[in-house]
Formats: sequence, structure tokens, C-alpha cells
Amino acid sequence: MKKKNHFWFRLLTILFLTGLSVVIIWPGGLTLAVPKPQVNFKGDFPFIEVRADGNLFEKKVNYSFNQGLDLKGGSYLTYRVDLSKIDSGDHDDAMSSLNKVIERRINAFGLTEPVVRTAKSGDENRLIVELPGIQNTQEALDLIGKTANLEFQEFKGEEFVSTGLTGSDLKKAVVVFDPNTNEPIISIEFNDEGSKKFAEITARMVGQPLAISLDGEVVSAPTVQQEIIGGKGQITGEFTLEEANALAIQLNAGALPAPIELIEERTIGATLGAESVNKSIFAGVIGIILICLYMLVFYRFLGLFSVIGLLLYLIFMVASMKLLGVTMTMGGIAGLILSIGMSIEADVLVFERIREELRAGHTLVAASKLGFKRAWISIRDSNAVSLIICAILYTGGGMIRGFAIVLALGIVIGLMTTFFGTRTLIDMIIRRKITQKAWLYRVEEMEKSV
Amino acid sequence: MNLMKYRKWAYLFSFLVILPGAISLVLFGVNPSIDFTGGTLVEIEGTNDKGKIEEIARNNNFEELTIVATDAGFSLRSKVLAEENHKVFKEELAKIEGAKEVRYETVGPSISRDITKRAFYSIILASVLIVFYLAYAFRKVPRPAKPLEFGVTAVIALFHDTIILLGVFSLLGKFFAVQVDPLFITAVLTVIGFSVHDTIIIYDRIRENLIKGKDGTFEEIVNLSILERLPRTVSTSVLVWVLLFVLYLFGGETIRLFVLALVIGIVSGTYSSIFNASPLLITWQNLKNKRRAKKGSNA
Repeated sequence: MKKKNHFWFRLLTILFLTGLSVVIIWPGGLTLAVPKPQVNFKGDFPFIEVRADGNLFEKKVNYSFNQGLDLKGGSYLTYRVDLSKIDSGDHDDAMSSLNKVIERRINAFGLTEPVVRTAKSGDENRLIVELPGIQNTQEALDLIGKTANLEFQEFKGEEFVSTGLTGSDLKKAVVVFDPNTNEPIISIEFNDEGSKKFAEITARMVGQPLAISLDGEVVSAPTVQQEIIGGKGQITGEFTLEEANALAIQLNAGALPAPIELIEERTIGATLGAESVNKSIFAGVIGIILICLYMLVFYRFLGLFSVIGLLLYLIFMVASMKLLGVTMTMGGIAGLILSIGMSIEADVLVFERIREELRAGHTLVAASKLGFKRAWISIRDSNAVSLIICAILYTGGGMIRGFAIVLALGIVIGLMTTFFGTRTLIDMIIRRKITQKAWLYRVEEMEKSV
Repeated sequence: MNLMKYRKWAYLFSFLVILPGAISLVLFGVNPSIDFTGGTLVEIEGTNDKGKIEEIARNNNFEELTIVATDAGFSLRSKVLAEENHKVFKEELAKIEGAKEVRYETVGPSISRDITKRAFYSIILASVLIVFYLAYAFRKVPRPAKPLEFGVTAVIALFHDTIILLGVFSLLGKFFAVQVDPLFITAVLTVIGFSVHDTIIIYDRIRENLIKGKDGTFEEIVNLSILERLPRTVSTSVLVWVLLFVLYLFGGETIRLFVLALVIGIVSGTYSSIFNASPLLITWQNLKNKRRAKKGSNA
């Protein structure tokens, strides 16, 4: 019969999707492999031997959760960029170069997924730096904030004037220790053009002090002993080791094209985040168990399908979140738990409707059909409102956005699970004679359809 | 059972519940977090030495300092702290045994301006969209009711819920230094969504029954619709509420206030759909009828 095939098709789809989801969810990932068969003939029983000879096809599936800063711990920094000294035509270039320099500077931290991006709010140009998992935010602040404009200057008349040799002429900067004083100093090496300039300048200035200034402040002014041709030099300046290290990184990464100012910092310790997650998941599990009990008590047989549906829902949700690379935040966890509630609510709406139709005298099969159909209208309307709200909340950023995305995803998947998953299972089972008992559905009596 | 007969009591009850919150709102307002006002927030754990912490903070230029005790330590709030001051503060804090900074937030004025603007716009946008949506959902409503009545009463129920939520958090802000942050705004919007949703479910039934031409006065039909929907409304609210309540009790610190807002909002939302929005429909009808009767007798 046509109808029967219909069900099997749907059931198979559900099983396939579930299987796929489980693979995606599997912690640590799975490797799907199709082995290449090798057939050997033997003299004795069973005469044929098939072995696997390597793999014909292999695919590693590993989706891991992208954790937001509030879960993983780390820092979120926003800087205001002062482009006032740069021509408006060059603003874009300056921002993009700023982006690259900061990226280079923070590479020194070895973080797994730092993010550096530019943003604009009204007239303000901003730079946003995300440092997930960073242990020492202070180090990062020191490293990022400094413009690190290195200039070699000479004293002319009453003031220091630039010689034209700057930090951009450097090829490399390294921290070394002064053999005499054991203090950290920066050993620098100029690039080809820089070396030429350096040679020129030192030749010209023998006997005079060559001022080395960093961000406008002179850190040292050694007297030039002789012309220096090799393109190498040193910067001393009473640095602490941290300062020297930071400076070396900054010189290597390049100076910032424009000064920046910290206007927002959000730093959260890792343990706070992890604690929150664990507690919330624990609470979620308890809540889910309570819900399942409720559904079983009040909706009995149908409630059972609801519980299965819930399980499917969770599997699909986690799988899609991993697949779509949704960043998990505390807000996301709250959204997930709330969406579970809303998904069950759809089930409740349908079941109540089915009970009504049963009481009105319809057969189980008819009641089920009517129940789903009529409940759909209410569910559609109310979920539309929720999706609108999610769309508005999406613009909120951070935890709020996490909440909105997960809630919206949850609503969509919840609808799928209820109207495709739970419905298919119910449709299949209620055609059997054994399920035609009224008490299973908490009604006094009903028409049997089988 | 005629629930709607008791609507005058329901109005009184609502009024009493809203009153303390509303008074607190007017007198004290809410306690906005640094996301809206700008400033610095420091959370410290691992020590009980409030005095020492305060001393270090004052030495390092924490202006307009307030210190509040939390579950595991203290929460300091001040005007925007300069980086250098923070650096020294952390160094001095490290000298107190066991103390460590678990969270640090600084929000400059331009960022807080942005956040505040965004919050306003979201609320306005959500309200406008919901009004439009209500207008659309109830464009076809049979006599004697008019679409406008359904829309307006639903919005009044929304106000009820929003004011209750704000009122509670105003009281919490005054007596427990609870702050209102962007997550709270999210909770308000979510509660609004839930409340509208809840109200629509019942209104849907009322409309269906009116179309079917069921017997009875308007009041009886509304009552019937509510009773028909009651098991479902109660089930849903209880389910969602239990989930959230468990989350509030056992869940993580960071979203606790957010969940609390949702817990309050859902109860309020369900209550307002049954005991505010629907009774108001009836009251409106009755007022209309009275006016018509008067006009009739004057003619």
C-alpha cells in the first residue's frame, strides 16, 4: 500500500539524519573508512579469502565546539584608533595595516584562535582584539597598546631632529644580555637600505650623540664612535626583561600606523566560565528529566513519543551547532534550554488537540491527523513571534547574539522534530491494534480505527 | 467554572502586584550596569578581606567606588579605571593571600553610548513589530469584537508584564545592588515574545469559538475558550518554568539574573494572558454595549 511506503521512507530519513548527527557529535571525531577488498583464492575451504588492503576511501569527521570567550576565558578588547594625522584617503590602508601589525604582535602568545578585526561605529574607527584563553592579559595590553615608533635622531640646534632612519628600516630585533652588566638590551639589524642609511649617518656623526627615541621619548643617546657598515646596532635603555621582550616583538611586527586607545576591556578567568557551563548543563539535565516525567504522566503513550522526540531534538541540535560552527556562549546554553521548553510546548499543543479530537469522537488515526494539522497554525504563529525577537536580539552581539542564534536554531529544529520526527513515529505506531486503548491517551473512551 | 466572573478581583490583584514595583521604579529607578553607564567592574575571589581590597582600590584611583559581596568574593565598581591604575591594583592585590581577579570589565563612554542606543532601538523595534504582527493576526475577527480590541488588550497585558519585571529588578537593585545589563534587556524582549505568544494562543481559541457561533454571551464564550485552552497553557508554562527554575537554582552564576528575569516573566506572562488580556476584552465589550444602550435610549 502506498501509505506504508510513505512511512518507511520517512523513518529511514530520520534514522539516517540521526546517524549522521551522532557521527558529527562524537567527541574526538570519527574516521569513516571504506576498506579496499583484496580477494585471494585458496586451495582449501572456504576457497575464497577477502582481506582489507588499506582504505579505498577515508574521511575524518571531527567537529569540535567553538567556545565563546565567556566560556573559555580570555579577553575581549576594543581600541579607538586615532586617524586624525592621516589623510582621509589613506584611512582604509592605515586600518588594514594596523590590523596586520597587531596580528603579528599577538602571534607571540600562541593562542589558538585570536581575532583581530576593524570596526566602525559612527565616526569612530575601532580595532577589536579577541584573545581566547589568554593567561596574562596585562602582557597583551602592554604589547598591543604601544605605538612603538622607533626613530634615530640627531641633535640640531636646540632640538632633536629625525635622521630619516626609523623602525621600518629594521630587519630584525632580538633581546640579548649585555655581557658586562647582564641587563637586557635589544640587538638590532637593519635591512639593506637601512644599513646604507645607518652607515651614512654614523659616518657623518662621529663624536656626536645619536638619539634613539621610542614613541617620542629618548631612551638612549650613545655617542657614535665610528662609521658602522655592518648594519647592526644595539639599543640600551634600562629595560626590564618584560619590557625588552615586548619591545623586540613590537619592533619586529612594526610600528602602529596610528595611535590606539583602549576603550573597552572584558576579561574573564577560565574557571569562572567552565564552572558556569558545568552547573548549567547539570541543571539542564535535571530539568529535562523532570519534563520527561511530566510528559509521561500527563500524556502517557503520546508522552513517550515526546520523550523520544526530545532525545532526537538534542542530538540534532548539538550536531547542527557543531556543523554550523555556532559559537557557544552562556547565552547560548540558556537559549538551548529555553528552546527545549518551547519544543516540548509544540508537542503539548498537538497532544492536547489530539485528545480533544478523540473526545469529539474521531478515530485515533483521524484525531492524530487533525491534531497535527490544527495545532500547526497556532504553533506557526507563536513561533513567528519568537523568531522575530531572535532576529532583533541578533544585533546585540556577544552573549545576546549567542542566545538568539541558538534559540532560533532550536525553534526551527524543534518544529522539524515535532512535525516530522515525532509525527512519523506516532503515525506508524497508532495503526496497530494494540495501541487502540483509550486510557493510553488519557481519555475516557474513543473510536477505534483498527 | 466561570473564571471571568472574578475579573474584578484579577484587576485588583494585578494592581497590588504591580504597585510596589512601580513605586520603586519611580522612586529609585533601576540600577544600570557599566554596560550602560560606562565604568569599571572587578570581580575578586578567594579572600574575605574587604577592608584591604577597599584600601588598595582607593589607593589606585577607583573613583566612585562601590563594593558588594558576592557568593565567592567581592565585586567592585567604579568609574572608568585607567590601565596603569589597574596594573598596580593587580600587583597589590596579588599580595593578599588567595585573592585573584576572576573578571575585569571596563567600558568607555563611546561603547556604553552604543550599547544604550542599541538597547533602546531593540525595544522600540520589537514593540513596533509586535504591534504590526498583532494587527495582522487579528485582522479577521467576527462581530461583535473588533481587531483593535484584541490588539490593544494584548499590548496592555505586555505592559503589565514589563512593568512587573522592571519593578522587581528595581527593588532588587535598591536592596541587593542587582544591576540591569544588556542580558536583562534580552530577558525583557524574550518575556514580551512569550507573553504575546501566550495571549495569541487564547485569542485564537476565542476567535475560533466566535466564528463557530457558539452559544452564550461574549463573556461566556471568552470563559469557555480560556477553559478549553487551560490545560495546554498551564502545561507549557509549567514545563518551561520548571526548566528555567532548575536552571536558576543549579545553573551558572553568569546567567542567574537572566534566568530569574525569565522565571518571573513567564509566570507573569501566563497570568496576564488569562487574567488581564481576556477579561479586558470582556470589559471593553461591556463598556461598548453600555454606551450603545445609552445612545439607544437617548435617541
